[in-house]
Amino acid sequence: MLLWQLVFFAFPLLFLIALSFWQVRNFRLEPALQLGNWSYVLGSESFWIAYGRSWLYSASATVVASCLAFPCAYGIAFKLGRNAQRFAIFLLVIPFFTSYLVRVYSWQIFLTDAGIINALLEQVGVGTVPMINTFFGTLIGYLTLTLPLVILLQFFSLVFVDRSLVEAAHNLQCGRMRTVFEVVIPSARIGLVIAALFCFILTFGDFVSPLYLGGGAEATLPILITDTTKSGQQWPRAATIALTMIATLLAVAFAAIAFAYRTRGK
Amino acid sequence: MNVDRIISWGLRLYILAALLFIFAPIVASFVFSFNSDRFPSLPLGHFTTEWYEVTFSDPLVLQGFRNSLLVGVIASLVATTLGFGAAYVDYRFRFPGKNLYLALALLPPTIPVIILGLAMLAYLSRVSLSGSVWSVILAHVVMCAPFAMAIIRLRLSQMDPSLEAAAWNLGANEWTALRTVILPFTRPAILAALFITMAVSFDEFAVAWFVAGLQETLPVRVLGFLQGQVSPRINAVGTVVFIATITLVVAAQLLLMRRAAQSAPATSDK
Repeated sequence: MLLWQLVFFAFPLLFLIALSFWQVRNFRLEPALQLGNWSYVLGSESFWIAYGRSWLYSASATVVASCLAFPCAYGIAFKLGRNAQRFAIFLLVIPFFTSYLVRVYSWQIFLTDAGIINALLEQVGVGTVPMINTFFGTLIGYLTLTLPLVILLQFFSLVFVDRSLVEAAHNLQCGRMRTVFEVVIPSARIGLVIAALFCFILTFGDFVSPLYLGGGAEATLPILITDTTKSGQQWPRAATIALTMIATLLAVAFAAIAFAYRTRGK
Repeated sequence: MNVDRIISWGLRLYILAALLFIFAPIVASFVFSFNSDRFPSLPLGHFTTEWYEVTFSDPLVLQGFRNSLLVGVIASLVATTLGFGAAYVDYRFRFPGKNLYLALALLPPTIPVIILGLAMLAYLSRVSLSGSVWSVILAHVVMCAPFAMAIIRLRLSQMDPSLEAAAWNLGANEWTALRTVILPFTRPAILAALFITMAVSFDEFAVAWFVAGLQETLPVRVLGFLQGQVSPRINAVGTVVFIATITLVVAAQLLLMRRAAQSAPATSDK
């Protein structure tokens, strides 16, 4: 296993680094050591726009998913009986084994201008609301991808919150909301941050939602990579983009973990 | 106390709403795969299996299905074998650099698939392995092995380490002990790992899309449909794949539950 992972996991990633210094000449890859790809990619405006957009999309998806998931995870952890809890977990695991592609396609049915939701809105008299090919569409796709995972991860961190802490807070006349914000969330912080981190990583690397629900006109980094790879032979440039993505993700991951495990000061 | 009740019910409703959001596309895809209209909308047309017939007479779909099946079976077998080996090494031995070893073994799922796909494509084409079913199998083994390892590792961690030592004391050599003590104990986990990895491989599209070339697997074909015009064929394929994977997962779940039922009396004996 070690050997296998070394040969087919570590090597390709290391090779990616080497590849980013190669060049394409006459539509063929040639080993080289030149910075052309880096200066091309880092000097191109469309790259930075896509980079900024990826950040914006993933960050907002992370915030939205975390906020939407929290009441759900909280409810499952504290308000449901054991059997209902187990059943809810089972239901949340199912989506991992359905095709993400099919789910995205299915959302198209809901969201297109002639789709189900707009048909309903028509009947109510609201008129057509454009939903597909907007950021809203992308966000729905992102949520489809990440919401079950975020809820599950948050749930597992909330379940291990010491119940006696909550009771102690209640005994000390701590209000309901205040208990949630000052007792429950801080004690589950690590898990909550990890959940958000996974959400960020997943959405940062996803090209399906922005392409098929967001319209693809506003490129994010993953779209840029697929475009660069699939059309023409510009693999080195795609490798460069991929490496900036990895660097970004590593930075975000370390920052998040440092934040999660920071000893509570003050 | 009444406020408590309201909050409690409110949260339950909220959970229901969240589940509704998660399951809406799955259910919709199921429903519309039997719907006669070409452009899916409400109200529904009449019931039909036309899309299934169209889909499964498409040679590309059939080829994708065969490829997926082949990839799924081989990748899950190899991944589970590797995962078992890795988990066993982790369980038996202590060695310097073990943390690095574990990191390397468990890391792949955290790398965005698109980057993994690109890296695989570039690397495999360099060693002339790209564009065939084998490259997809290779890639899927990399992605699936960590899951297999995690599942089997969990099971091994429940095992009394002295059991294996006891077998050696009774004259079993290392190989026999492995075969007659460790393997039976971990068998449910191994089977579960097989099913889970097969399900993972069956649904994976991004890496496969990069490395497969013309040897499309079924999800890659779906991606192709998605790029083309609207077609309920996606729903038909999706429903079939969904049923296939969910069968695998439920089988794995049942195996794990039976394991729990078996080991429960064993622990209460002590």
